[in-house]
Amino acid sequence: MEDNLPILAVQNLAVSYKTRKRIVDAVRDVSFEIWRGENLGLVGESGCGKSTVAYSIVNFLGANGFIRQGEILFRGQSLRNRTENELRRLRGAEISMVYQEPMSALNPTMRIQDQMAETLMTHRGLTKKDAYEQVLDALKRVYMPDAEGTMRRYPHQLSGGQQQRVLIAMALLNNPSLLIMDEPTTALDVTVEAAVLDLIAELQAQYQTATLYISHNMGVVARVSHKIAVMYAGEIVELADAGEIFHRPLHPYTMGLMRCLPDVDAPKGTRRLVPIPGRVPSPHQLPQGCIFSPRCEFAQDQCFHDHPVQEEIQPRHYVRCWRASEWVHGTLGSECLEEELEPCPERWDENPPRLLRLERVKVYYPVPFQTVGGYFGLEKRRYVHAADGVDFHIQRGRTLGIVGESGCGKSTVARAIVGLEPLYDGKIEFIGLDISVPVQKRSLEIIQKMQMVFQDPNSVLNPSYCVGDQIAFTLRRFRTVSKGQIQEEVGRLLRAVKLDESYYYRMPRQLSGGEKQRIGIARAIASQPALLICDEPVSALDVSVQAAVLNLLLEIQNSQNTTMILISHDLSAVRFFSDEVAVMYLGKIVEIGPCEAIYTPPHHPYTAALLAAVPRPNPELKVSHVRLSGRVPSAVNPPAGCRFHTRCPFKVGEICDREEPPGRDFGGGHRIVCHLSPDELYRITP
Amino acid sequence: MGQSLSLPRNSSPKSSPTLEEIRPPSLGRRLQDFLALIWASPTAMVGLIIVLIWVILAVFAPQISHYTPYEQDYTQINKPPSSQHLLGTDHLGRDVLARLLFGARTILLLGPASVLVAFLAGIALGLPAGYYGGWIDETIMRVLDAFMAFPTILLYMIIISALGPSALNVVIAIAIGGTPGIARLVRALTMDIRTREYVAAAKLRGDSDAVIMLREILPNCRGPLIVDFLMRVGYAAFYIGTLGFLGLGLPPPTPDWGGMVQEGHTRMTVNLWPVLTATLSIISLVIGLNLFADGLREESMRYQ
Repeated sequence: MEDNLPILAVQNLAVSYKTRKRIVDAVRDVSFEIWRGENLGLVGESGCGKSTVAYSIVNFLGANGFIRQGEILFRGQSLRNRTENELRRLRGAEISMVYQEPMSALNPTMRIQDQMAETLMTHRGLTKKDAYEQVLDALKRVYMPDAEGTMRRYPHQLSGGQQQRVLIAMALLNNPSLLIMDEPTTALDVTVEAAVLDLIAELQAQYQTATLYISHNMGVVARVSHKIAVMYAGEIVELADAGEIFHRPLHPYTMGLMRCLPDVDAPKGTRRLVPIPGRVPSPHQLPQGCIFSPRCEFAQDQCFHDHPVQEEIQPRHYVRCWRASEWVHGTLGSECLEEELEPCPERWDENPPRLLRLERVKVYYPVPFQTVGGYFGLEKRRYVHAADGVDFHIQRGRTLGIVGESGCGKSTVARAIVGLEPLYDGKIEFIGLDISVPVQKRSLEIIQKMQMVFQDPNSVLNPSYCVGDQIAFTLRRFRTVSKGQIQEEVGRLLRAVKLDESYYYRMPRQLSGGEKQRIGIARAIASQPALLICDEPVSALDVSVQAAVLNLLLEIQNSQNTTMILISHDLSAVRFFSDEVAVMYLGKIVEIGPCEAIYTPPHHPYTAALLAAVPRPNPELKVSHVRLSGRVPSAVNPPAGCRFHTRCPFKVGEICDREEPPGRDFGGGHRIVCHLSPDELYRITP
Repeated sequence: MGQSLSLPRNSSPKSSPTLEEIRPPSLGRRLQDFLALIWASPTAMVGLIIVLIWVILAVFAPQISHYTPYEQDYTQINKPPSSQHLLGTDHLGRDVLARLLFGARTILLLGPASVLVAFLAGIALGLPAGYYGGWIDETIMRVLDAFMAFPTILLYMIIISALGPSALNVVIAIAIGGTPGIARLVRALTMDIRTREYVAAAKLRGDSDAVIMLREILPNCRGPLIVDFLMRVGYAAFYIGTLGFLGLGLPPPTPDWGGMVQEGHTRMTVNLWPVLTATLSIISLVIGLNLFADGLREESMRYQ
């Protein structure tokens, strides 16, 4: 093997797409190299061209995409202008790809063994029997539990994490020299993501495959990559070793990305998130000069007129910034990055009145009958136990964070509180009033006092009305202001969410995700609610926008003393935001208490696993190994005893299978539901 | 250092406009966007031109033709085209061109009218079926399924035989025939849209079900509904022709393309013109509407 050549060298690559109106340059002047055994992380926000780079390597650009300029060298040989046949051979034998959505990357009509064997039979001409043997080997290499059984299953019978393992195994089948991974863990839960990242890092060390790893998450690339390239609006703005990028970033965009991440290890109130102002420019209207200049706080005259070139500022550290050398020589100190942290006003009295109380709240969804007999009472009604006896209360002005993996029932609880889901059993009390009925049966005053911020920016606004009208609907409905003042009040609300009146007549399709989410918040606070429930308000947004939205919510809380419930799978965001935290697993709360108590020992084993799984943007950080195996059991037949016993790494014994665990109090409202003794709980570290 | 921070940004910060300056996009602007959509699709363009030609011909029928569709001239029976009668005359000596032009008026009035009635009924049934689900859905949809079980043309024949041939009854028949399909479409769209978060937001505003269905859901169905409307006007034109041919259309002597074919087809060997022109008219109008609808759908879905 020619070890003096990089496996992949991309030189001055430019990729364009034809659209109805114009030709869009999605990627410009991108250069990097990947050597054997090296993992290059390509990070950037959505729409910055990361995937386009990956697709151009394997020539999957689609009908309207084409390489406009530059060279892609695979082991010194150009990949451009190859015939489809040559490329197919290469893709099968030498270059493999792992995609973002495991479910849609696997063929649902074929057994795992057949789809995996297909590659071997086509590219290496193996017999079916030999191929199956190799498939089994490959599955064992990725630590697939019950590899033999898995081979005979169909994709839908596997969990998301298992599917992704199959895809990785499939990609490694032919011992490729280049592996391209496009956000392979983005669709997975944190605990599963952590296990898959462990696997990738381990395989990497073992097989020395050159890897291009694409992700939007700085924490994830910190775990697996040796070198990191930061992309912004179609260009690589900084490229260096992982340690350099995280400890001595030289491009303002990279620094911005670091500062806008909430830190899971920092308690509430100790850090402020510094969002990057503005938005990523769309590729058909790029700013003159440096593409980052309109959002850069260090931009000078030169930055607005001349496009910077990529320079090797320090050995192996490439930056595309006019002022990068000033950072190196210390003439531009990092102190001007630190914003004064305004002292957080002590905004509540010690024991505020209780605003909301949930008592044994159960939300069950009926499962459709399996037989016709069900309609005549011959079949027992079965239920999805989405929330199964949830108790908690919130005091006025406080924030409760609810965390857990997808499917744990956290959103169900939120929807039950606002009345979008009917209760099966239990009681919800709000300002001392029983509100255990669906929203249609609640009085308008109660509805007004409780509003919700939703998750998906693309469905949060009605595409048929301009944003001002949608906020005005709420104002008219609750008569918060008189008729003549509605437009003025909408303007005030738009300013409150850091937009301005000019947004009144914009249609939702003209807004970015972050802007839509702000409008959603403006609509929610239009009724002046006492309780605001935020269901994953930032999980669909880019990091730089997340920070701005989180700051905004915090500001609203501080100025209006709003009580909030934050539902999130992101433990860092919850720690940044909450006073109290509840951890849910399979419809039950396993741990609840003041925020700091949750993030420090004693831990429930599940909380410890969640904390251990959070990807931290620091490559040197020692990773711990509380890892969960298996998949979340079905909520139709939840496990008896402790629901977590099927996956618990600290299982006591039979008692966990049989008996419901007791709640153990640790003072200050901190409560852990587990069979382990308090001493043992103290010893669990993530 | 500090200096660099105070340097002006590339664009001088625009003072935010006051409320008076902010206006909704004008109607002309929206029309322009819509035309740009059609302009981008050759298919839609061709369809629109064909349909527009028929609309113009129908509107200016009295100006274009020297004859009324009813004048009979017994000296000019079954004549081929001539300078006096551009498309000849029929078996009663009526001018074929005049009957075609006035026939276009009939079909361009009855087609959209009947489909519009069908849409009102279909939306009224499909919205609650999709929104509430459960037994309301089951009841409405099973009744509509029963209607759908009849072959369309048979259904029309039953209705018109029962009510008697007249313009109003043709509208009623086509409306009843079209309702189940439209209700199904509206129901499917509603079932999708009701899970959107803005619908949840409307519930959290305490809006009534009617308001949610009409204000939040229905406007967002409009894309597929407009395309379906155009398609159905095409089918309606086709069925009005068929009914006319079967003698169940408009009672004579109303000018009606289907009726022209019906009256002319026995005399085809003597005089082809009334049958041929009426058939081509039906075909061109139906194709035009279909092309327009197809092009519009393709273009509006292309870059999503």
